[in-house]
Amino acid sequence: MQFSEAWLRSLVNPALDTPQLAHALTMAGLEVEALTPAAPPFNTVVVAEILAAEKHPDADRLRVCRVDVGEAAPVTIVCGAPNAAAGLKVPCARPGARLPGIEIKVAKVRGVESFGMLCSTKELGLEGAADGLMVLPADAPVGEDFRAWLNLDDTLITLKLTPNRADCLSLHGVAREVGAITGAEVRLPQIRETPARIHDTVPLHVAASGACPLYLGRVVRGIDAQAPTPRWMAERLERSGIRPLLAPVDITNYVLLELGQPMHAFALSRLSGGIEVRLARAGETLELLNGQTAELAPDMLVIADASGPVALAGIMGGQPTSVERVTVDVFLEAAFFAPTAIAGRARRLGLSTDSSHRFERGVDYAATRQAMERATQLLLDICGGQPGPIAEAVAGLPQREPITLRLARLKRVAGIELDADQVARGLSALGAQVERQGDCLAVMPPSFRFDLAIEEDLIEEAVRLFGYDNIPAQPPAAPSRMLPQDETMLADDVLRQMLVGLDYQEVITYSFVDPAWETALNADARPLPLANPIASQLSAMRTTLWGGLIETLRHNLNRQQERVRIFELGRVYASQVEQPMKLGGLAYGEVQPEQWGATARRIDFFDLKGDLERLFSHPLDSRRGAHPALHPGQCAELWTGGRAIGWIGALHPRLVQAFDLPAVPVLFELDSQALARRALPRHAALSRFPLVRRDLAFMLDIHTPAGELLAALREAASPQVRSIEVFDDYRGKGIGENQKSLAILVVMQDTERTLTDREVEDAVQKLIDAALRQCNASLRA
Amino acid sequence: MRNPNEIVADALIAIQASPDLPALEQVKAGYLGKSGQLTELLKSLGAMPADERKTAGARINEAKQAVEAALKTRRDALQQAELDRQLAAETLDVTLPGRGLARGGVHPVSRTLTRIQALFRSIGFEVATGPEIETDFYNFTALNIPEDHPARAMHDTFYLQSGELLRTHTSPVQVRYMQTHRPPLRIIAPGRVYRCDSDVTHTPMFHQVEGLWVDESVSFADLKGVLADFMRNFFERDDLPVRFRPSFFPFTEPSAEMDIGCVMCGGAGCRVCSHTGWLEVLGCGMVHPNVFRHVDIDTERFVGFAFGLGVERLAMLRYGVDDLRLFFENDLRFLKQFN
Repeated sequence: MQFSEAWLRSLVNPALDTPQLAHALTMAGLEVEALTPAAPPFNTVVVAEILAAEKHPDADRLRVCRVDVGEAAPVTIVCGAPNAAAGLKVPCARPGARLPGIEIKVAKVRGVESFGMLCSTKELGLEGAADGLMVLPADAPVGEDFRAWLNLDDTLITLKLTPNRADCLSLHGVAREVGAITGAEVRLPQIRETPARIHDTVPLHVAASGACPLYLGRVVRGIDAQAPTPRWMAERLERSGIRPLLAPVDITNYVLLELGQPMHAFALSRLSGGIEVRLARAGETLELLNGQTAELAPDMLVIADASGPVALAGIMGGQPTSVERVTVDVFLEAAFFAPTAIAGRARRLGLSTDSSHRFERGVDYAATRQAMERATQLLLDICGGQPGPIAEAVAGLPQREPITLRLARLKRVAGIELDADQVARGLSALGAQVERQGDCLAVMPPSFRFDLAIEEDLIEEAVRLFGYDNIPAQPPAAPSRMLPQDETMLADDVLRQMLVGLDYQEVITYSFVDPAWETALNADARPLPLANPIASQLSAMRTTLWGGLIETLRHNLNRQQERVRIFELGRVYASQVEQPMKLGGLAYGEVQPEQWGATARRIDFFDLKGDLERLFSHPLDSRRGAHPALHPGQCAELWTGGRAIGWIGALHPRLVQAFDLPAVPVLFELDSQALARRALPRHAALSRFPLVRRDLAFMLDIHTPAGELLAALREAASPQVRSIEVFDDYRGKGIGENQKSLAILVVMQDTERTLTDREVEDAVQKLIDAALRQCNASLRA
Repeated sequence: MRNPNEIVADALIAIQASPDLPALEQVKAGYLGKSGQLTELLKSLGAMPADERKTAGARINEAKQAVEAALKTRRDALQQAELDRQLAAETLDVTLPGRGLARGGVHPVSRTLTRIQALFRSIGFEVATGPEIETDFYNFTALNIPEDHPARAMHDTFYLQSGELLRTHTSPVQVRYMQTHRPPLRIIAPGRVYRCDSDVTHTPMFHQVEGLWVDESVSFADLKGVLADFMRNFFERDDLPVRFRPSFFPFTEPSAEMDIGCVMCGGAGCRVCSHTGWLEVLGCGMVHPNVFRHVDIDTERFVGFAFGLGVERLAMLRYGVDDLRLFFENDLRFLKQFN
């Protein structure tokens, strides 16, 4: 909502300067988004008339003009504009004038003394074509101050209104609000009734009376549609961002701005038969004023005549019945369309009009007739014509109910006690009827306040008028209770810090990705598609974090970052009910940053696995498996507590090529909840007896995973066995071609006594037996 | 008998000339060993007349002591020299950088979220979470935003082809939490939210923190108190000006926008605050009774306030980031500035 401050001040003129007024509006919830001067600062510019323009004796492109500036004698001004000609009225900057960027002085131009400058729009910082001098209308008063003549000492106020304040989508509405918040007197222009001078009417039939509880129509014959729009009206329209077009249209736009009532004028001769307000029928179309042909849906309200829809009710009129320069007879419409009958329709058609914006939010149905009278009055004043009677169809207008405001409730919600009389006065100033009933106020809200329906609505108004800033900010008092702290669940933040310690950088990537990436990473992926994505590469919900991580890798490789170690903690999306939180990581490039004291080596599977083991703080149960995105020989499924929780592996060479990566990244992704879950520590007695260490070398088939052997050994281990770990994997010279040797360290200790040789040997033998039985592994000779 | 003093003089020269500990031990043997010169001299005492023997013995002992003292001095000196050599040989250029991995870092949005959560936890807010793919009911209807309400147009919602949507705010967590917990309650709900909007100042995904406090006596004054306290602690500025302006959200009433004095220019006016001196940082208000009704909370007994703040906005102001899009480009050079 944009309007001229001067227009507002003609209705209500509080003793506040422009910034103070803007502040008052903002702090009352009508946020002033911008204050724009109607014209940039300049001074000493007058309306002037060129009496004569002759070629400069020493310059082909310059003219020496004799100019009437309203003084006794004309002055001489040298001018370079090609359109300078005798008889033109133009703005003239006098010596001493300051314009945007220049100061005007008496000066000799190629030997001729010049007493000022004739101005173009550009030189004055005004909008409009810069070509040549700004040509003023023939009736412009010579000698008058140019700024005063055009009311340029005005400010355009732009309000950012919230959707509940439809009542402020008009100058009268804003004026009323300013009156309520400043206490200044509001003077709205008197609107008088215009009696009918002819009997013509158009038959009205409102079929959809629920959607259109009130419809007013009036015929006006014999207008001059080409009559010029008065300057004051054009100026107010322009300063509200509406371009003047044709007087009858300008008048309906003016009434919309002034009273907030959207109106429409039809060319009467283009209407056939009566007017019907009804829902559109399937298959109907309408060519709108903006040239667009709308396909109408059965929930769209239309104004129709015998031939079909002629306007999209409350949104936009139709082209074929629009008022043109040659129009002589018009049919004026002012109606109240229910917000629910208009809301959303314009948006569906890709439209947003001043009319739909207001009807969607609620237009004052009690002022519809006033608007019709106002438009009639303006039309007769400007275009002439003979008005007919106002035809009315009314059924089921909204009924307002009184609302009870309990003063105790007001105090409880606000946090302080507000003076009841002051509250009552404030609500009255907003247009409500207020009656004190003991500890309550009975409030009948005004018809234009669609947002006032329940007690809370009034509490908001009371607090708003009191001033949010006048409510103290107090630290709340509440019973002190400690928050639960689940010690067996690591906070996300702790997980992040652990990864940071392992030299991983956290990234946050979009939850929607390129579906092609998803299927490249997993042909079976069925990422949920967005119905309205902003771009095809952000059009499906991710099912893995890897797409974003690989994209981040590529982004950084393109910026010469050769070592990339990143992680993301975020959701993947299978459905509304399944959106698990995952931890994904990617490592690429050298194991360590390039440095003087270490041998360079590229990261591999075991580096990443080691990092994960440090995260879990114990060896991982990893099993061979096949993942479509991972190298089949360098890929493992991670298990914990009897369930699979994720994957680790090198990116499949096919994908390395497809993503155009110079080398292979290693990746992991796992269920972050599984990672975060930790057992509560449980102390066990420390042994005072010596440790026994045995090294066992097993020969086994080269394809038998070490994990299988370890699992078999751990299962068979006696209670005294404290740990079983691999410390070497040897294959090659001295060993059969299809064999490998795994060296296992077994540590034993008892808490009660020193182990005997016999016990140690028995325990070792059990391990050897299990290895042979389950993994066909024999002790290396 | 050879004059002991001469022997001592020779010995001192030999000791002083010993280049290392083994050579010194050899010198020692030559004078004090089994057949060393002073040992031999002592042996020769037996052949002396008794009256000379006593004085001669005393002179030889003095000579022995002198040699031993010289040996010790020389030994200490040699040991010290040896240690000095070892230390010199082991000396490192300690100005070279250390070895090993570097250190990663958390994303500035996470860093900011952690800070926000810590501040609210310190006054008893619990952290709650909810799904990002939401239903129309939780994102809109339960928050008093009916179908075709103009407020829906402000939200630019992403829809899935299945009809569900990506939550446009973290407010649905309020509803979900109140469905499963009874007041009094005090939560914040951090997380990702989505709006169908992408330009210099909007990314289609960003982060919010929702807050909710429901109890028998919480008021608008309390809301102001908590949020002013938060902003001043978040920016570590006790004198940070704050103001509350009336606004509109369907799920709160009264509703307010909170502004803080511009942290970039100190209120003098700059590009960041559009020369107003104020920055809009969050929306808040008292929970609308219709929201309580959807979750069966008695609106006569309980009152509540709620707020929602944009995490990226706070991070930008706190760390001087001038382009929102940097947060999701994940350029390591940007991210490492926060490590």
